[in-house]
Amino acid sequence: MTDMANHDATTTPRPRHPAVEAFEMFTRNLSAIVGLVLLMLIILGAFLGPMLYPTDPFEMVWAPFTPPGQEGFLLGTDYLGRDLLAALLNGARVTLLVGASAALLSVCIGVTVGALSGYYSGFVEEALMRVTEFFQVLPTLLFCMVIVALFGTSLHMIVLAIGVVSWTGVARIARSEVMRIKQLEYVLAARASGATHSQIILFTILPNAMPPIIVQATLMVGSAILFEASLSFLGLTDPNVVSWGQVIGANRQYILDSSFAVTIPGLAIFVTVLAISLIGDGLNDALNPKLRRR
Amino acid sequence: MTDPVLRIENLTVEIRTRTGVAPVIDDLSFRVDTGRTLALVGESGCGKSMTALAIMGLLPRGIGRIVRGSILLGAEDLATTSPARMRSIRGNEIGMIFQEPMTSLNPVYSVGEQISEVLRAHQGMGRKAAWSMAIELLDAVHIPNPSLRVSDYPFQMSGGQRQRVMIAIALACRPRVLIADEPTTALDVTVQAQIFDLLKDLQRDTGTAIILITHDMGAVTEMADEMIVMYAGRMAEAGPVEAVISRPRHPYTRGLISCVPHLGAIVDDDRPLLTEIPGIVPGLGQFGQDRCLFASRCELSDSHCRSARPAAYAITDGHSAACWQAGGAA
Repeated sequence: MTDMANHDATTTPRPRHPAVEAFEMFTRNLSAIVGLVLLMLIILGAFLGPMLYPTDPFEMVWAPFTPPGQEGFLLGTDYLGRDLLAALLNGARVTLLVGASAALLSVCIGVTVGALSGYYSGFVEEALMRVTEFFQVLPTLLFCMVIVALFGTSLHMIVLAIGVVSWTGVARIARSEVMRIKQLEYVLAARASGATHSQIILFTILPNAMPPIIVQATLMVGSAILFEASLSFLGLTDPNVVSWGQVIGANRQYILDSSFAVTIPGLAIFVTVLAISLIGDGLNDALNPKLRRR
Repeated sequence: MTDPVLRIENLTVEIRTRTGVAPVIDDLSFRVDTGRTLALVGESGCGKSMTALAIMGLLPRGIGRIVRGSILLGAEDLATTSPARMRSIRGNEIGMIFQEPMTSLNPVYSVGEQISEVLRAHQGMGRKAAWSMAIELLDAVHIPNPSLRVSDYPFQMSGGQRQRVMIAIALACRPRVLIADEPTTALDVTVQAQIFDLLKDLQRDTGTAIILITHDMGAVTEMADEMIVMYAGRMAEAGPVEAVISRPRHPYTRGLISCVPHLGAIVDDDRPLLTEIPGIVPGLGQFGQDRCLFASRCELSDSHCRSARPAAYAITDGHSAACWQAGGAA
């Protein structure tokens, strides 16, 4: 028996797991790797930075608007004389966490709504899709601002607000995937072996619908970070935590005199969102090989 | 005769189409006994697969429904049983295998997980017991190195192997009835014969009654004991395979048989290389009319055929044909 197994293994190359192939395709994609390395550096900075550079971002340490590189302040100081490097390092954690948890929340809402409306036809589908369309036509930033303005500017509320306004794209993707997969024969086979509807949605259909949802979720982390920055810029932010958008918002009146205080956190947001987009594109190419542009 | 394990009586299934309601299965009755194989034969659109779905309780919701008749599994009528009870019957007491082995296994789970899932759901087995049972089942369906292949994914198997896995899943709980919906249509001819041999072996061991849905007369003669020829949702001819194949009484059955190429047969004017049945199966809109639905394609048809639905005419014990001409055309 063992001999035969070895024989099989050497003569016929066994097809490899699609996940392995996707991983290799991802690692061969230069821009995706650049994005991944950048994001890793940013995450490292966010979690190790405050330990290595323990300056309090809320403390006045020097004269306002010290330009970068002077008086020992690598990135200078803001309009209240607070260290911008400390703000950047401490703000990274908040920015990334808000981005990731808001994206996670909107994926959860979107997948639930999309899967239910894709699987069940009739009333459930109609009702859920009308709700989705309702959320889709709302001006998202405005709706976000209304939620935060009404219910307070705690971080939880900001995450909730971003999640609630941005799930419609995921819902549509999930719905179309579920509608495609539910017609496949293995779903009928699962029903023929006695699976319940919820088992079929959770364990048969959704695992097969994940690739495009993963891509969308990655890209959504980027857009959630932008959302958070927009809200903070408008002053709708938790005053007790630093985030990049908040630094920009606080210094925006002085943009003409000391543009660095706005530019530096702006660049940080730009680089982070770019890195996430590169990763998202790389994942898209790796997970949906049929859609790849040639 | 033993007690039938599955008895279908006067089953009528209607489906809703854009133009109205059509009886896609029209007053169909048959029985299957333990350890026997019944073949449902006919062209595409004759209601063969609908019969299977009706038995499984998987008619498309809101579109198809059973309007009359009963599906008796033992003493239980599946046509009226609750959805929860139906779920515990599916996969446990009635198993099903499908036409397309390439797509009927879930690509994200290993075959072992898919086999043990059924065992855990219906037999209450633990994870470990179900896994080792899955290995035994793979061995039973002649997959080499079952203890290694059990953790393979469907894409690592050939079409024939996947169909064997499907059979292992369908027979995992030793169901009383196995519905095989064109199980070999998508496979190579050599693999077809292997799958049929396997099904026959397993049937001998488990006593499962098999309903074989096919349009392949070769498969019928190889596998089945009894056969039903279906046309436009109705029974055209039914009986023991031997009798129906050698003495077909319904013109449609004769047409189907003459469509099969015979290797080595003498080809002359009486028996051309291949014959065909002219025309096509009528559209759903014409189903259920009170006439012989085959009349428009039949060379024997007369005004009687076009004005009244033929009743089943018993020829010998167990052999019957629904044709006005069957009595005289012997």
